[in-house]
Amino acid sequence: MSIFQRIHLSVFPGKRNTKHGNSERPKIFRSFLLHFRPSAIPEKTLRLSLTWGLGSIAAVLVFLLFSTGLMLKFAYEASPDGAYNSIVYLINQIPFGRLLRNIHRWSANGLIFVVFLHFLRVFYTSAFTAPRQFNWVIGLCLFCAVIFSNFTGYLLPWDQLAYWAITISTSMLDYIPAVGTGLKEWILGGTEPGPRTLMNFYAIHTAILPALLLFFIPFHFWRIRKAKGLVIPRSPGEEPETEEKMADAMPHLITRDVALALIVIATILIIAMFFNAPLADQANPGLSPNPTKAPWYFMGIQEMLMHFHPVFALLVIPVLIVVGLLLIPYFNYEANTAGIWFCSVKGRKLSLISAVVAVVLTVAAVLLDEFFISANMDGPANLINNGLLPFGLALAICIGFFLLMKKGFAATNNETIQAIFTLLITAFVVLTIIGIWFRGPGMQLMWAT
Amino acid sequence: MEKEKHTRRSFLNKLWLVLGGLAFAEIIAVTFTYFKPRKPEISPEAGNSVIVAGPVENFEPGTVSAFVRGKFYLARLEDGGFLAMSRRCTHLSCTVPWVSSENKFICPCHSSEFDIRGEVANPPAPRALDLYHVEIQNNVLKVDTGKLKKRSVFAADQVTYPKKT
Repeated sequence: MSIFQRIHLSVFPGKRNTKHGNSERPKIFRSFLLHFRPSAIPEKTLRLSLTWGLGSIAAVLVFLLFSTGLMLKFAYEASPDGAYNSIVYLINQIPFGRLLRNIHRWSANGLIFVVFLHFLRVFYTSAFTAPRQFNWVIGLCLFCAVIFSNFTGYLLPWDQLAYWAITISTSMLDYIPAVGTGLKEWILGGTEPGPRTLMNFYAIHTAILPALLLFFIPFHFWRIRKAKGLVIPRSPGEEPETEEKMADAMPHLITRDVALALIVIATILIIAMFFNAPLADQANPGLSPNPTKAPWYFMGIQEMLMHFHPVFALLVIPVLIVVGLLLIPYFNYEANTAGIWFCSVKGRKLSLISAVVAVVLTVAAVLLDEFFISANMDGPANLINNGLLPFGLALAICIGFFLLMKKGFAATNNETIQAIFTLLITAFVVLTIIGIWFRGPGMQLMWAT
Repeated sequence: MEKEKHTRRSFLNKLWLVLGGLAFAEIIAVTFTYFKPRKPEISPEAGNSVIVAGPVENFEPGTVSAFVRGKFYLARLEDGGFLAMSRRCTHLSCTVPWVSSENKFICPCHSSEFDIRGEVANPPAPRALDLYHVEIQNNVLKVDTGKLKKRSVFAADQVTYPKKT
């Protein structure tokens, strides 16, 4: 054996290619590549109409974020005086610096969007039922990690956009009774965003959250393997099969993954070439820009703040939503709907009704509050008028809707929970859209900004 | 049978558990102390948080003046009294500009409005603008920016009046 062969053998132990063929090669290759992918998967789960490749797209975006993030780390300076200039220098002086930043920015934004769609896909195919219950919880943890990664990354350029988005987002914590102000000052390292805030956010953004992602992502993947692959798609009324037809991951899954990864990378590259990541003026604590908006993924919450007392918009409602989401896999379901889009034919109809009702009610409520209720109300916001009343009303609508589904439509638990979920998610999406596109200077409602 | 549970081994096992728990608690405590927000380093200004705003005549009744260095507004009410107010909105800490054409503070973030006394004229702000202490010595206004005073509504005793001469 030559030295090269010996080295090769030490890296890839096992049988070398012989006259008998190189049958060992693919297995060695597999054992390396397929730590996260099983060697065989149920054939039906390859269908694009099951997953839309959303989980894989998210993984590719995370890969892009890690690689560009590592490179950006070499150009960035985490101090209020240095941060903004280091970004300007990165954009204007360092070769490909602007492209790198754009890729990082658009991948991060894309990741939130894709992860949200992935979350919807898993919910609407009932892929959270046993044995995948805990993977739903892990997925929610990952969702949080992604949101906070975006949020902490938002401050780092230290421009007006970043400074004020962080100011209002962290001030939201003030409204959490007892611990809120302490928590805010802990995150900010003081009473308002300053050098220590930047250092905190930088450490969280570049060390803690990536570490969490590196822990939770493999965990998420591993649980898919433990559940013997993805949920198996079926049509309403179709019984789950006892014996699934399997397909080899190589080449069926791997080629799809690689093709998808190439498409995602190409798309991000094209977007990054033509659209620059925003950078406003350097942060000025004395001047809030008009309008000052939170990052777009928080606009739903900011819009809620326009209508609810902060204790409700920031504490009561989010806590209820998070608890509800965590409990979704653990409710008592009558039917096994795993793998069926929208549970059943009736489920599809009810989801559509819920979505339409949510759009109409949310828009109506926002307009009503804007032009009739708030306009006729003076004085400071208080817990009763701005909190308990609108919250009670929203809750009553949800309960009424629940009863309508149960009694009026004789829906199963699966379909009812799906309808309520659809109602709330649609309302949140509508609020987010209003916040992003229909709020102008002074946060007044207006036609498309 | 009951006695056999309390062997030397089980005692040592419990001891390990307790000691391990203590060590863990210590690490948590140390971590929290490490991350506790620290007082900002003493800057020359910090020792003297009192800002001299100027003689009383400089301020017309019914006007608001901004002090960038102290991050506050000095409002002189129509009746001649003074109020020093933080420029931070009580809703979510945006910097509130004084819009003299409307005679109001209007927050750009969530459109809260405050009148010249800092009183909420339009929600979502939950409280009137925070106050700083104003003192008038020899007809000169001094504002202590060291301590913020929170208030829910405007009250007459918050206003400082110059001595009638």
